[in-house]
Amino acid sequence: MTLLGLLEREPSHGYDLKRDYDTFFNRSKPLPFGQVYSTLGRLARDGKIVVGEVEPGVGPERKRYVITERGATEVESWLTEPVEAEPNLQTVLFTKVVLALMLNRPAEEYLDIQRAAHLRRMKDFTEVRRSGDLVDAMLADHGLFHLEADLHWIDTTVARLDALRKVVRR
Amino acid sequence: MKAIEARDVVLSFGETLALRGASISVAPGEIVAIMGPSGSGKSTLLHCLAGILVPDSGEIHFDGRRIDTLNENQRSVLRRDHFGFVFQFGQLVPELTAEENVALPLLLGGVKRAAALKEARPWFERLGLAGLERRRSGELSGGQAQRVALARGLVARPGALFADEPTGALDSLTGEQVMDLLVSSAREQGTTVVLVTHEARIAACADRQVIVRDGKVNALVHS
Repeated sequence: MTLLGLLEREPSHGYDLKRDYDTFFNRSKPLPFGQVYSTLGRLARDGKIVVGEVEPGVGPERKRYVITERGATEVESWLTEPVEAEPNLQTVLFTKVVLALMLNRPAEEYLDIQRAAHLRRMKDFTEVRRSGDLVDAMLADHGLFHLEADLHWIDTTVARLDALRKVVRR
Repeated sequence: MKAIEARDVVLSFGETLALRGASISVAPGEIVAIMGPSGSGKSTLLHCLAGILVPDSGEIHFDGRRIDTLNENQRSVLRRDHFGFVFQFGQLVPELTAEENVALPLLLGGVKRAAALKEARPWFERLGLAGLERRRSGELSGGQAQRVALARGLVARPGALFADEPTGALDSLTGEQVMDLLVSSAREQGTTVVLVTHEARIAACADRQVIVRDGKVNALVHS
């Protein structure tokens, strides 16, 4: 969907799409060229893009891809559809806490270890936010706010451990 | 070598035991964030480290010197000459201009007015406050007032800066900007910083975080 969205901006070569994708959406893990062209092939097969003018030269990157009306409609509906606001209740962390309490293990210590791991990761993101450009900073902020939300959950859970212990050990 | 150290500090307020044997040490130039739930004793610990409160038992040391046994007057001199402070709501003196507020610790330390203001002025450029020197606190935004408070806390080049929820009254972006300035300015001067915060994003800017729970520093988190 991201490549399709990039094509709505302007008709592009596969190389340009990969460059923009790596720059804005997946900075730590560049998209393989093979995946770019297989995705473009699938989008063309489904009628969401067409191959526009083929510029002189050799190699697949000389093809310019153009989004179709159908592709643009799909981008529009994807953008307007909210991402599922998952409550994430069944996370590994939640399972660990409940199991620790069931097994009479030190859940609070596990949560402290997790807090330390979260803070370490937040420190990494903070460094990225400070030293990177605006795109890096915004991605780091997203990570920071999510980790902070987890920490709020950890703090609240620590405060509720005694009550939770009674519930899960009945 | 430790810049600040607390050993087994106990402090009660009437029947309430606020600190129950809290211990912490901070290296010179280190920035440590104290976190913990409300009422855990984190601000009380900060006030003990800063020589504002005196513990019932235990010891507090600053630069190898025991400070909990000093009398009120000696602690007052210690705070004036060696410590800087930043609080949640800036607590600027409303009758003074921003530059006079920044110069205040120098004026209280006996520096002449012209020299103190001269020392204070570069902080306005450094902290993005140029042009606001003559404003009074009522004419500053929350973020600007807090940056003025930060400049006031650091202007006398204190050995240690104590900050109690320095970004607690600010929105997250402004809070991070103030914290970034606090960290960079303290590093430039080699100032040791102890700050209390309930915000993990702010704590993540520090070199190290400790958790105070039930009056004890019972979870040391190295990062």
